[in-house]
Amino acid sequence: MGQPAQTDSLLVIERVNKHFGALHVLKEVSLRVAPGEVVVVIGPSGSGKSTLCRAINRLETIDDGTITIDGAEIPSEGAGLATLRADVGMVFQSFNLFAHLTVLENVTLGPIKVRKLSKAAAEERALVLLNRVGVANQAQKHPAQLSGGQQQRVAIARALAMEPKLMLFDEPTSALDPEMINEVLDVMIGLAKDGMTMIVVTHEMGFARKAAHRVVFMADGEIVEDTTPSEFFDRPNSPRAKEFLSKILTG
Amino acid sequence: MGVISGNLPLYLQGFGTTLFLLLITTVIALPLGVVIAAMRISPIASLRTSAAVYTEVLRNTPLTLVFFFEAFVLPKLGTRLDFEVGAIVALTLYTAPFFAEAIRSGINSVPVGQAEAARSIGLGFTQTVMLVVLPQAIRSVIPPLVNVIIALTKNTSVASGFFVFTLVSAGQRLASANGDQVIAVLVGVAVFYVIITIPLGRFADWFEKRVAVTR
Ligand SMILES: Nc1ncnc2c1ncn2[C@@H]1O[C@H](COP(=O)(O)OP(=O)(O)OP(=O)(O)O)[C@@H](O)[C@H]1O
Ligand SMILES: [Mg+2]
Repeated sequence: MGQPAQTDSLLVIERVNKHFGALHVLKEVSLRVAPGEVVVVIGPSGSGKSTLCRAINRLETIDDGTITIDGAEIPSEGAGLATLRADVGMVFQSFNLFAHLTVLENVTLGPIKVRKLSKAAAEERALVLLNRVGVANQAQKHPAQLSGGQQQRVAIARALAMEPKLMLFDEPTSALDPEMINEVLDVMIGLAKDGMTMIVVTHEMGFARKAAHRVVFMADGEIVEDTTPSEFFDRPNSPRAKEFLSKILTG
Repeated sequence: MGVISGNLPLYLQGFGTTLFLLLITTVIALPLGVVIAAMRISPIASLRTSAAVYTEVLRNTPLTLVFFFEAFVLPKLGTRLDFEVGAIVALTLYTAPFFAEAIRSGINSVPVGQAEAARSIGLGFTQTVMLVVLPQAIRSVIPPLVNVIIALTKNTSVASGFFVFTLVSAGQRLASANGDQVIAVLVGVAVFYVIITIPLGRFADWFEKRVAVTR
């Protein structure tokens, strides 16, 4: 996939550090993501991928450095922070659909309460999105009645309903049975094709090759490589990336 | 048993006061408990600490001591409460932390991912608590809340030592006037308590079963 036209970055992460106690989880991490760009983040367990994602919508605080979205630095609390989070969609490994609400209510809650849409308008849009991810016929069910793949697609629709500028995916297919992985990846590939800016933590190489503009390889809290998917998978530079790839390839 | 039917008005007077204390205290202490529980999970450290201190102090103080404090210390500070108002204040101060703890344990039973998902779509702290966490916590919170209300029903009897005419006061007056029928008098008192507490317990059981089915 070709590089999108180089414009001002939508997301700028500059020299971010994060500790958990004595553990240095993010070390001077810097990353720029342009509008429409799809970045896959890959790396061994514990390398800080989730922490980076969570820091971007401030589910996790950072020690120093800056994270700027669309020109505005992330506020540390209050209404500004809520607004920022509304602009950044997040899809979790464990779906985290609201268990007490129906599928439709899951998707309309944010638009009604945060975007102040009328219930009718929110439902109309929610149904369009649920249709797009292929679960419109489940709208009146509760999350527990859906398969994992269906739940994750609802979670994507819930995030999209906020019309985010940026979508974060933290291992969206890792909790899924193998036969359900593709239905979720297909939705994500569709989003990427439509020009959504996405940061995706995943080990799904097929997705990275098909949909990503860049692959960022993290190890021990550092960004070790930042390159194109084919470069990364076919000609990794660093010893750590080579070792990591040989491990996931031999399974 | 004639002593019961013969003195029904007195029993009913005590029963009415007990019920009144119970209802008013619940109506004030329950929202207060919600606020304390919310403070204990709030992002602001000073709120968390003050709520925790309040909870620990009141939960570990005998209720009678709270009444004594009001009856003897407040007048020294120049404040004097009407006996019934004083009883309601003491019962509320004492019961709110128990409500708060019941609510907090229910909140803790909701997976953190629920609150994270709520925050990630832009809901603020209050919206996250009210729209996502509490509705799910309610399921596990109702049975312990009912237990607190049952304990409160019995705790209202402490007020009778502080010039409020509750069921127990009715029992005391009738017992001293009818020394030969003390047992019947006391059984009568117990029956009136049971009229309140058994339906509450039944409700908790019913709710638990209903939730078990719909979950
Ligand atoms: N809340 C926390 N408290 C303490 N340590 C944490 C916390 N969250 C993560 N860590 C630690 O920080 C490090 C980075 O964690 P992170 O979840 O970002 O890794 P990851 O790259 O997403 O790993 P995985 O592939 O297993 O999901 C790990 O060593 C982890 O144990
Ligand atoms: Mg992770």
